[in-house]
Amino acid sequence: MTTTPPVVQVRDLQKSYGSVEAVRGVSFSIAAGETFALLGPNGAGKSTTIEILEGYRDRSGGEVSVLGTDPHRGGLEWKARLGIVLQTSGESGNATVTEVLRHFAGFYPHPRDVEEVIDAAGLREKAKTRIGKLSGGQRRRVDVALGIIGRPELLFLDEPTTGFDPEARHQFWDLIRGLKAEGTTILLTTHYLDEAAQLGDRAGIIAGGQLIDIGSLDKIGGADARVPVVRWRDGNGLVREERTSRPAQVVAELVRSSNGAEPADLEVIRPSLEDVYLSLVRGHEAMPAANGAAASTNEGRPDPSRRTYKDVRA
Amino acid sequence: MSATVLVARPQNKVPGTLALGLSRIGYETRLYFRSPDTLLFTFFFPFIMLGIFTAAFSSSGNIGANPDGTGGVSVGAYYLPGMLAAGMLLSGVQNLAVDIAGEKSDGTLKRLGGTPLSPLSYFLGKIGQVFVTAILQAGLLLLVARLVLDIALPSEPEKWATFAWVFVFGVITSAFLGIALSAVPRSGRSATAVVAPVVLVLQFISGVYLQFTTLPEWMQNLASIFPLKWMAQGMRSVFLPESFAAAEQSASWDLPWVAGALGIWLVLGLVLSRVTFRWIRRDA
Repeated sequence: MTTTPPVVQVRDLQKSYGSVEAVRGVSFSIAAGETFALLGPNGAGKSTTIEILEGYRDRSGGEVSVLGTDPHRGGLEWKARLGIVLQTSGESGNATVTEVLRHFAGFYPHPRDVEEVIDAAGLREKAKTRIGKLSGGQRRRVDVALGIIGRPELLFLDEPTTGFDPEARHQFWDLIRGLKAEGTTILLTTHYLDEAAQLGDRAGIIAGGQLIDIGSLDKIGGADARVPVVRWRDGNGLVREERTSRPAQVVAELVRSSNGAEPADLEVIRPSLEDVYLSLVRGHEAMPAANGAAASTNEGRPDPSRRTYKDVRA
Repeated sequence: MSATVLVARPQNKVPGTLALGLSRIGYETRLYFRSPDTLLFTFFFPFIMLGIFTAAFSSSGNIGANPDGTGGVSVGAYYLPGMLAAGMLLSGVQNLAVDIAGEKSDGTLKRLGGTPLSPLSYFLGKIGQVFVTAILQAGLLLLVARLVLDIALPSEPEKWATFAWVFVFGVITSAFLGIALSAVPRSGRSATAVVAPVVLVLQFISGVYLQFTTLPEWMQNLASIFPLKWMAQGMRSVFLPESFAAAEQSASWDLPWVAGALGIWLVLGLVLSRVTFRWIRRDA
């Protein structure tokens, strides 16, 4: 196991469309059995990167190896080892869920059992329904089911849970954990940072076509970005904040200085992955040199008003 | 989900191209018959037109009749070969051009391109679907002609041999031209608008709706460039009496020319399909 080569190896990947450099020197690798989350705002180069790895696009420069093969030269036997869940769905709305899964299963040398996949994807009640009659979230489950039907060694999930309700998202996470337990290597892109935190082992953050950080999910952004904040309301009703690596001591001093009185609205806030992510992306955008054309698209960035703090202890 | 994936995999031999092609034919054909638009504008269209022409023109007597009103063939019998040819064109060109352009824009092709399905199997599926549906369409047309419109069908085996090669040749040519034409529309929505006029104009100038022999010579010459005229002419040679050959452009059925023209278009369609087809629209 220790000598297993990386499933995905990317070195100095470049991709330009005319004069626009969409990807500018991205490097990372994914080990066998690992779940790697590729995060970043829309237009940052995530989808371009993932489509190069899937073999859909040709790169302009750099080296890429996926399952030991250059995706540009990947043949049918290479494709049989991949599972791809694209950002957009396809396939005729006139086929039923079971029909389309059974049909796709026939493409692969060692497919999963169709009925098992229907159950795992939560599609049992819709098994005989035509895809055109499914809701958006149900269709997305069909996409995921089609992605795993071939028993892939490497699974690409490009924003897989867009349009899912919270319950469906949790079911999906369970499904992915099952695949991880079987040893499937997964490359995930998502706008839901909690999803990346739930599923990912490591993450890379792309902005402006460059990898601005990479690391395990509990360490990404560095120790500084994860310094907790102690927040309380002082005697004048003003909200006070203090960033400290020793929050318990700050709270203890606070209590002592007020002669044992309970501080109002006391919180100890540890930055969530989303906070770390946002500060990294914003920090990158603030750098004028990096703020090229490819980084300027900002639609779809997580709404700051949605941010929540985890680990709040009173 | 079973936990057997960690077991060393046997050779990753993907299923055979031919086997998958056959599986595609079944799948594609099933979906064809579930699509109301395709059924109306491809499968039943020749039936509708045959019905309209028969109802509209039957009262004016037989076509090709003697001055005393005897002889000739009924309106239905006259239009039958044209409608068979139109069915071949619609089943191939219109059906596939619209179908594949739609698959391109709705992401179906992109998804298939990420699976171990060989493009060859995909093509086999499309051509097979065209073939199966065109055979059903032609069979049903002949049945309606015989049983409903009481049209006498030829009994000579040579006529049916001619029918067979014109049909097979014409349908495969149509299928390739449909694949090639699918590269033209920029979106699935615009596909019908791009494809339908081409197919309609061809039908008017090639002797499907209008009696070919009454068209001006320049129009006949223009139609001779395209394959539909030759399919219709081949079909007329099967279903119309020998006496009608005299009215053709060269006063004969010119079957060698039919074979030659369809052969050239078949090769052209194959080359164009091969050159233009992509799983996805490629970036620069």
